[in-house]
Amino acid sequence: MHDDPFIIAGTEIRSRLLLGSGGFHRLDRFEASLAASGAEIVTVALRRVEQAPGGLYDAITRGGARVLPNTAGCFSAREAVTTAQLAREAFETPWLKLEVIGDRRTLLPDGVELLKAARELVADGFIVLPYTTDDPVLARRLEDAGCAAVMPLGSPIGSGLGIRNEHNIALCREAVSVPLILDAGIGTASDAALAMELGCDAVLAATAISRARHPEAMATALRLAVDAGRLAGRAGRIPRLHHAQASTADAGLPDLEPA
Amino acid sequence: MNVLLNGRVAELADGATVRDAVVAAGAGADERGIAVALDGTVVPRSAWDTTTLHEDAQLEVLRATAGG
Repeated sequence: MHDDPFIIAGTEIRSRLLLGSGGFHRLDRFEASLAASGAEIVTVALRRVEQAPGGLYDAITRGGARVLPNTAGCFSAREAVTTAQLAREAFETPWLKLEVIGDRRTLLPDGVELLKAARELVADGFIVLPYTTDDPVLARRLEDAGCAAVMPLGSPIGSGLGIRNEHNIALCREAVSVPLILDAGIGTASDAALAMELGCDAVLAATAISRARHPEAMATALRLAVDAGRLAGRAGRIPRLHHAQASTADAGLPDLEPA
Repeated sequence: MNVLLNGRVAELADGATVRDAVVAAGAGADERGIAVALDGTVVPRSAWDTTTLHEDAQLEVLRATAGG
């Protein structure tokens, strides 16, 4: 079955699994997981040098992937815009995973500040991929603002709760024509497959891999799940029925209890 | 000259540049993936040698770390 290419802002991306580098504490383990995931896009954050051991940036480019800087830890549009400008300078890329958090406990996005920051950054030439709630109306507003993709959450960051509102993700799919990337909440392979079956173009996973007992194996599992979910979604699932529907014909059934 | 480098007071020579501050912060002078903010404004890498610091300058020297 022919598949459409996965294109963000005119760039074809081979892998529909994006890797978040969050939660990896060892570079060798990160590199092995990157290779196993097949990811071509890897998110990174910016922190003061004494808190950030070197080598991550080189490891990503050495692994043939491109860096997608994020604005993790920003709580206002203003902070996010400055962080984005720093990231563009550091990594020589206009691509940006825009995060503006509204609540420390749940780390849920602040939709108002997010939209404001997205507009400013698009006007400044950034290719903006916003991390957002699973709200189809906000998703459309972000697309209207010129975002290159929209990244709704399945559940809170790092929670591993999977997709809590499948219906909203399906509505987000209908709401936007730019790529839809399920971000946050993935706990295991079945979550990733479900996201793809719901019509997402790609899945981003970080904690699901970095905090798995065997990160490299989970990276492989998610890669396969994303491909399987994509294929299943396009193959078309059967309708859900309340009762059984026999798959074996009644015609020709022998009478084994003669009167 | 005292500056505030990544939240700590640091003493740099008079006439020190942004590149000097990058090295003082612990990054390589030509290391890739480093960004600098001086008093809250991004300093492009091309201006690291020509931008001199002032007393009490506030610098943030940042590097890629695991995230997202």
